[in-house]
Amino acid sequence: MARTHGASEAERLQAASSTRNAWALSAPALILLFCAAAGPLLVVLIYSFLTAGPTGGVVWDFSTEAWVGVLYTRDIFDDGNLVLADAHLTIFWRSVKISILTTLITFVLGFPTAWFIATRPLKERALWLFLITIPFWTNLLIRTFAITEIIRNEGLLNKILLGIGLISEPLRIMNTDTAVLIGMAYVYLPLMVLPLFAAIDRFDMRLLEAGYDLYASRLQVLRHVVLPIVKPGIIAGSILVFIPSLGAYVTPRVLGGGKNMMIGNFIELQFGQGRNWPLGAALSMTLLLIVMLAMIFYVRAATKGGKSHG
Amino acid sequence: MAKDVTKAFGQGETVVRALDNVSCEIRTGEFFTLLGPSGCGKTTLLRLIAGFEMPSAGQILIDGQDVTGQPPNRRAVNTVFQSYALFPHLSVAENIGFGLKMKGIAKPEVDRTVREMLALVRLEAMAGRKTSQLSGGQQQRVALARALAPRPKVLLLDEPLSALDLKLRKEMQVELKRLQTETGITFVFVTHDQEEALTMSDRIAVMSAGKIQQLGAPREIYTKPRNRFVASFIGETNFLTATGVPGGAKLASGEVIAVDTGGKGGQITLAVRPEHVEITPPEAQGAIPAEVRGSVYFGTDMNYQIALPDGAEIEACVQSGVTGEALIGQGAKVGIRFAPGSVLMLED
Ligand SMILES: Nc1ncnc2c1ncn2[C@@H]1O[C@H](COP(=O)(O)OP(=O)(O)O)[C@@H](O)[C@H]1O
Ligand SMILES: [Mg+2]
Repeated sequence: MARTHGASEAERLQAASSTRNAWALSAPALILLFCAAAGPLLVVLIYSFLTAGPTGGVVWDFSTEAWVGVLYTRDIFDDGNLVLADAHLTIFWRSVKISILTTLITFVLGFPTAWFIATRPLKERALWLFLITIPFWTNLLIRTFAITEIIRNEGLLNKILLGIGLISEPLRIMNTDTAVLIGMAYVYLPLMVLPLFAAIDRFDMRLLEAGYDLYASRLQVLRHVVLPIVKPGIIAGSILVFIPSLGAYVTPRVLGGGKNMMIGNFIELQFGQGRNWPLGAALSMTLLLIVMLAMIFYVRAATKGGKSHG
Repeated sequence: MAKDVTKAFGQGETVVRALDNVSCEIRTGEFFTLLGPSGCGKTTLLRLIAGFEMPSAGQILIDGQDVTGQPPNRRAVNTVFQSYALFPHLSVAENIGFGLKMKGIAKPEVDRTVREMLALVRLEAMAGRKTSQLSGGQQQRVALARALAPRPKVLLLDEPLSALDLKLRKEMQVELKRLQTETGITFVFVTHDQEEALTMSDRIAVMSAGKIQQLGAPREIYTKPRNRFVASFIGETNFLTATGVPGGAKLASGEVIAVDTGGKGGQITLAVRPEHVEITPPEAQGAIPAEVRGSVYFGTDMNYQIALPDGAEIEACVQSGVTGEALIGQGAKVGIRFAPGSVLMLED
């Protein structure tokens, strides 16, 4: 009795010390996480509740003006009454729409690509993966300008299409949502392909034959066997594409022109020409909120679909 | 079922003839086994029947209908894969119902059949589990139930028991046989284990090098092997080289063995099972004089290596005595007699 008691006491002590050890060991990571993520976020949060300085920066006076400014503008002719800011809502809506579309397009293009790579012989695979990552080597701005070169009115695409007589007038793609979408899909495609590849690589190809054997057509095998099994990769890829899409600002700036702003450009505007840092901070927090809500919604929907599946 | 089927993989110089003009007819409701060493084309033949491969030449017929061009999902044939290939994202019950669901059968009917199948393979308690939570034997049963649920005309089983340990394998052999009798479905079973083939099958096709060497009931295959390959692949066999003479075959040392040669002269190959070799005193009537070279103890049996006068060495299998000691020592002069009708002439 005494012996077992002693033993369990020792176990408890050991458990306690191992918890302490765990904290000590994770301390560097936690400190880094605080400095790199939580700290700056806190600064942004605080700024969003301050008053804008006359030439940028902030004045340390508490104000909710910035948060009001996220959705409303003051009518300067009518005693500064609040008016719903249509332009802001349009920007939010365009950002969400383009991000969702980008995610869909990268999935539709990325899935066959990832499948193709995952079914190559082991030796070839490394080469294909390497090719997929090559765009990361060049600066984003340069890549985006390269796209401009292709899609502008006198660009490569129009030259070819005009040349083969498919169109009689150049397609006006530049400075439209379509241009932004093309650029975003191009920029974020690797982020979709890589997690999809990882998931498909783990997929047991023998299950395809099992599916065909049990009266499933090719499409049914895709829907009832492949997609549910590689779902973790689809979720990971979608998140990796959707989040940066929502905050993107180089691509919409270069390809969308000044008119087709996304949240990222709008935020940049506040810190730049707009000289309204608190509004910029409040908009950043709004963006964060949209991302979080979208993720919660998406992951919920995706995992629930998995449970009720079959 | 299979008619003049040839399957070649690859092209040009590297071409592999996995099946070389194979024809065989499988009877409805029988337990048919493809037996042969690894690489002889068993899996290829099965995959041709299932529709995963197209024959390079020849036809596959099911119920008299040519299904050669049909994809697997249109054939009333299901496979129990060697790796089971269970769907990891589905529960046991959902796995079993998969085929029926894909066939577009209504849910109540699917549920009913799934319950029946669960009972048939005795896994009622596991219906809601994920397949990864099952033991190897249980996964095997799920794979069986999943393939049987749509009631295929033919069930294909590719070495389904090879991943199981010996005890479980014996249990599943009985289980498979029971399922086959209860469902009445035609089973085409692949194995490289001759004992498994002999105990389970109604008929066996012994294959080697892409050809069917012999097709027949287990007893027929064992007692009347047609050629050297079948005789040596199934059970132990002594081969003797002799010359055909009227009334039998003459060994090089002059003794004549009674065997039906069908009047064939010239050099012939004889086969005789060790258990049909009788060791007698040297002076016994009709005995061939011989000498014992050694013995190996196998528990129930004792194997003696015996040299014949022409120098050939054969084995004789005798039941072990009570003590398990060799009753005949090395170097002993003995006589050899073959049980009547036990010596066969092979085709080659
Ligand atoms: N997909 C393939 N490509 C090339 N050769 C193959 C392929 N499948 C099987 N083979 C060859 O065909 C022969 C028979 O194989 P298989 O039918 O798998 O034999 P078993 O199942 O009897 O072991 C082997 O020589 C094998 O190497
Ligand atoms: Mg095989």
